[in-house]
Amino acid sequence: MKKFSLLMIALGCFSSQITLAATPAVTELMSEYATQSANSPDAQRGQTLWTKKFKGDARFPERSCASCHTANLKQKGKHVKTQKTIEPMAPSVGSKRLTSTREIKKWFKRNCKWTLGRECTAAEKADLLTYIQQQ
Amino acid sequence: MKNNLFISAIVFILGITVVSVVWSDDDEYRTEYGRQSTGVAAVSNPEYQDECGACHMAYPPGLLSSGSWQKMMSDLENHFGDNAELDAKTYKTINHYLQSNSAEKSDYRRSKGFASTAKSGDYPIRITETAYFKREHNEVPARMVTGNKEVNSFSNCNACHRKAEQGSFREQDIIIPGFGSWDD
Repeated sequence: MKKFSLLMIALGCFSSQITLAATPAVTELMSEYATQSANSPDAQRGQTLWTKKFKGDARFPERSCASCHTANLKQKGKHVKTQKTIEPMAPSVGSKRLTSTREIKKWFKRNCKWTLGRECTAAEKADLLTYIQQQ
Repeated sequence: MKNNLFISAIVFILGITVVSVVWSDDDEYRTEYGRQSTGVAAVSNPEYQDECGACHMAYPPGLLSSGSWQKMMSDLENHFGDNAELDAKTYKTINHYLQSNSAEKSDYRRSKGFASTAKSGDYPIRITETAYFKREHNEVPARMVTGNKEVNSFSNCNACHRKAEQGSFREQDIIIPGFGSWDD
């Protein structure tokens, strides 16, 4: 029985390893954020930030990541202004997601500025990446 | 004898098909001849296509003057209310592409239209605010565009100009969602 439980734990670890497997780009960025004291990234905090509403301007008074990407990362999103379709953020659906550090940095910079009105902190970016990569 | 007849029939049918295909696609056909083209040059720079086309249709550079592009590129942090910052290297590539393919540097008919109707010193950064655009769209009722959920805005070229991304804005390629083809 003990043997069986051990086996199950080992299997459990193994399977979660698969689902949480970070792309090289994510690994690189996570260690970068860690040097900026973002040492305990948390998917739950990332999810909360994803749907948190920030104050915008008259045209888009309430802004969140979900404004364009929706709250379900496995779904397609839509640019609030241009209405252009945005491919799903979830790496499990769009295999190209989270594969380029350049792309991740670019979009964090642009989209944090639009949504939050400022750049995201290293801790926020680490939380968001942790959340997104699990989707 | 019967065989010969059969072959000639096939050649005849093929001939008709090929000729009509060539003649019907005059935008592409005329592209070869520059000045006679009815459209604008299609986007040919992959970086421009990727970077700018991520959020909206990658507007062919021949739709604005170099002065307008310059003005737009000088404030990407506030790009019509959105942040569209680029890293230095990408910025340089895209800026160069836009500058060297702007309306007044193109031989395409519609680019010439944009260039010739532009007032000197006036560099609108919205294509929809150029004199040529306004002239070409002055008969289009708002209900078909801004009041049409499937179109939403005049900036959404390809909602009605089905070949906009290939640089063709011919009347026969226009289908307005919910209204059909356009005939003025």
